[in-house]
Amino acid sequence: MAFTNEQLERYSRHILLQEVGVKGQKKLLQGKVLIIGAGGLGAPAALYLAAAGVGTIGIADADEVDLSNLQRQVIHATPDIGKAKVQSAKESMLAINPEITVNTYYSYVSAENILGLIADYDFIIDGTDNFPAKFLINDACVLAQKPFSHAGIIRFKGQLMTYVPGSPCYRCVFREPPPPEAVPTCRQAGVIGAMGGVIGSLQAMEAVKYLIGKGDLLTGALLTYDALKMEFRKIKLPGRNDCAVCGEHPSILQPFDYALPSCDLKAE
Amino acid sequence: MKITIAGDKKEYPEGLTVAQLIALEQVETPEYVTVSLNDDFVAGGTFEATVLQEGDSVEFLYFMGGGAA
Repeated sequence: MAFTNEQLERYSRHILLQEVGVKGQKKLLQGKVLIIGAGGLGAPAALYLAAAGVGTIGIADADEVDLSNLQRQVIHATPDIGKAKVQSAKESMLAINPEITVNTYYSYVSAENILGLIADYDFIIDGTDNFPAKFLINDACVLAQKPFSHAGIIRFKGQLMTYVPGSPCYRCVFREPPPPEAVPTCRQAGVIGAMGGVIGSLQAMEAVKYLIGKGDLLTGALLTYDALKMEFRKIKLPGRNDCAVCGEHPSILQPFDYALPSCDLKAE
Repeated sequence: MKITIAGDKKEYPEGLTVAQLIALEQVETPEYVTVSLNDDFVAGGTFEATVLQEGDSVEFLYFMGGGAA
């Protein structure tokens, strides 16, 4: 695959980097990343991955763009209100970079569809907003041995971790979803708009590093960010031998759905 | 005794348990917090029985759900 002059110019700031170069840029162009959730986290992740020239980007979301999304979901604009988020996201990504392929999945992820969804991708970004989906993505990625980036944001805080086969998984840390309504969500508690930008961009960074095969991924650690204290902390994560999905004797052998409270099914 | 909690060294009474530390630190949603002690998870249900020692390092790991909608 030879670069066109336009590609050399578009990706020149990448190609200049010793860690990327022509070789790394080719890897990005051949890379496939699936983003689950076209919201606060998925929006910046999708924009940066599209701009970076990640050749195939999948985006899954069952919601439509709502006015209350626009304070932070920078991939959507005011004229997109009412449009499927995946469509709006696709248009923004292709406007930035028309040479990539964007696959849209206008549906919720479920135990039924998730293994099929992730199968074609090299790296998965969890940009969902609820615990059943986060556990589902973790279990499916562990079972299918797919690397993924988990993240969560609320108020002025955010956190993320990366899983690759063999590293501690999200279920090692959190075991089971909390009961519905036990832990505040963004809809109840609010979230500062730029938090999605910080944490979603870090997720995109992990995907890029994974694709080019450079640097150290955020495995075996949870990176937390407190914007009010302006403090990042990297907390070491031990694995759990008795983890229900990645442990020595796993009891979870297939992805399954936790019940989702009906109020969470609607877009925030 | 001195314990490092979330990276900060603080003074606590001797014999403090993980459960007491959670209460003292006013941990949000204490029922759902994951605790790591010296880079090992403290098993759920053993917070009362786990007594902290001088020099221990404790981290609280919180559920954080937001992201998409």
